[in-house]
Amino acid sequence: MVKPILKEHLINRDWCKGCGICVAFCPKNVLELDKDEKVFAARPEDCICCKQCELRCPDLAIEILTE
Amino acid sequence: MAVKDYIRERFFPHIWCQGCGHGIVMNAMLRAIDSLAMSKNEIVMVSGIGCSSRISGYLDFHTLHTLHGRALAFATGVKMSLPALNIIVPMGDGDALAIGGNHFIHAARRNIDLTAIVMNNRIYGMTGGQFSPLSGFGTKETTAPYGNIDHTFDISALSIAAGATFVARTTAYHVQQLTELIKSGILHEGFSVIEVMSQCPTYFGRKNKLGGAVEMLRQFKEITTPKGSKAKQANPELIERGILHQTEQPEYCNSYEQMTALAQKGK
Amino acid sequence: MNTNVKFVQGNEACVEGALYAGLDFFAGYPITPSTEIMEHLALRLPRQGGKFIQMEDEIASMCAIIGASLTGRKVMTATSGPGFSLKQEALGFAIMAEIPCVVVNVQRGGPSTGNPTHVSQGDVNQSRWGAHGDHAIVTLTASNHQDVFKMTVEAFNIAETYRTPVILLFDEVVGHLREKLVIPGKGKIPLVKRLRTAVKEGTDYHPYLPREDGRLPMSDFGSVHRYNVTGLFHDMWGFPTDDPQIVKGLQRHLVDKIENNANQVLNYKEFYLDDAECILISYGASARSALHVVKNRRLRGEKLGLIELQTLWPFPNQLIREKCEKAHYILVVEMNMGQILREVKNAVHFPEKVFLANRIDGSLISDGDIRNILRIVQGKGV
Repeated sequence: MVKPILKEHLINRDWCKGCGICVAFCPKNVLELDKDEKVFAARPEDCICCKQCELRCPDLAIEILTE
Repeated sequence: MAVKDYIRERFFPHIWCQGCGHGIVMNAMLRAIDSLAMSKNEIVMVSGIGCSSRISGYLDFHTLHTLHGRALAFATGVKMSLPALNIIVPMGDGDALAIGGNHFIHAARRNIDLTAIVMNNRIYGMTGGQFSPLSGFGTKETTAPYGNIDHTFDISALSIAAGATFVARTTAYHVQQLTELIKSGILHEGFSVIEVMSQCPTYFGRKNKLGGAVEMLRQFKEITTPKGSKAKQANPELIERGILHQTEQPEYCNSYEQMTALAQKGK
Repeated sequence: MNTNVKFVQGNEACVEGALYAGLDFFAGYPITPSTEIMEHLALRLPRQGGKFIQMEDEIASMCAIIGASLTGRKVMTATSGPGFSLKQEALGFAIMAEIPCVVVNVQRGGPSTGNPTHVSQGDVNQSRWGAHGDHAIVTLTASNHQDVFKMTVEAFNIAETYRTPVILLFDEVVGHLREKLVIPGKGKIPLVKRLRTAVKEGTDYHPYLPREDGRLPMSDFGSVHRYNVTGLFHDMWGFPTDDPQIVKGLQRHLVDKIENNANQVLNYKEFYLDDAECILISYGASARSALHVVKNRRLRGEKLGLIELQTLWPFPNQLIREKCEKAHYILVVEMNMGQILREVKNAVHFPEKVFLANRIDGSLISDGDIRNILRIVQGKGV
């Protein structure tokens, strides 16, 4: 299987409610909440595109775009 | 198609609280539908009243937002009338099993081809945190400030006893499994129940000192185990996840068609 | 032999009317004295490709017909007082979401379990005010089988025209009486078909935006327009809103679409009104006894007349006011404690001249009962 290559963490800041689920369950500790309690990719280079964040987001606010 | 192709985007962000499990269930449901490549025109989503029921308004299907507890009765009318439609009925625990308990067991008994998704967060969230039939003995809610003396029951066991031919359980933590179970439930011909343990950090979590959404999801991981696992034998307290029951029985609308064929022959 | 002539119960006449009107989905729950409607439909609907389902309770039956109506079917349920009470919440939903449906209530005595096998007209007000919140509703009734048939067809036509539930309020003695019914040939009574939208796929469809003529074209669930149906106040797409302007507009629309068309849904019969000095106003089975009295008194030269109401709601205030203008007095004949009496008193200029002849013991009001009250009103004693 070809390993997916990350293009972008597409984050909808208007929809993100800052619950932190994506941050807590990211296996590679890629995500953090900013001062407005919105998620951002602090270490995108570590992302393995497992989409655990996208699948668990209650707000449909994060999408992993791959090449 | 992408998940976003199935939603009515203008109503987002949705009304659910920060970290609400219902959003995760909606997310998984859309992935299940997407992977089945179903046409939006052949899906009817029927819901009742409560936090869970607002799901219908957000989704771009034929949507019927009905009365508290009555979703399955409305859904029965739709399905019986047009059996070709796929009917998905998201419900809350109070909605499905307190006020809607009678409709729930009888829809199961008929084995009518509906997919019932019970989003069990053990509380009435929309009205501000009263205990539900699934809250459990000893829990705290606004209407049980000294500790709940109401006993709970097992949704899945009840569904099996009532005649549902597909019964599955998982949690909002186990999203891949959740998607797969919803998919299987939709594909199953007959009454399907998918019980999803869902977190309400705002009321159930706060009142019972369970922490926020993240902590509640971790607990779902800790207190559950795959069906038939060794862990279950070692610790019978663990709640089983997966397809708990699946059997083939005549589906109601099919039986009706067969009965009418006989009636039309004059027998 | 003319097969269109039948000797049937009133409840069967209702079934015949419903099938004539195009009923193809029925959900119900057994309850005396309406059960024969359900039994006959269990026999008839499967034979002609219609759908019949016995639900787990009265509430579910009402909900199921609403669901079925949304797929484009003509739907009905039948019940009696206790079941009618249980259906009120879903009836309100059908009013709010503007779903065409017909609800039959073959009345029994009440409140509560009441007098299940005996006649009463006690649900007149419940049929008007049973659902909570401001609303309007159409309630029809009939005194004989031919009219039961006709009013049942009319109920379906009104339900489709105005996208509203219509209540058929029948009497136990009519429901269980056997008499002749002539079923009109196909096309003799015009039928209103479901008005479906002409809006094409991909074009914005507004399920709750009335046309210029006030009608709201529907789109069946399963077809190309996906929209929302809710019991909440909603916008023209069917989505929930609490915008004060929209809430007010919808509230007014729900009432106005019925009240402003009161004359379109008005059904009544009149007997000997031209020179009547005493006018009897009645409906349902009571009107049969009332007509008997009127005819007998006419033979003796007394100037009695009768208005038989078939549309009870919206109440025909104007009709009653105009027809009764020259009457010396009015006698309302009904089998309850004066539910229509109150409306008649409101309608006329001289409420002090409106009297009640009633019976509330579970027996059909007789010509003797009416004559006794007439004698008192006329100052002749009993």
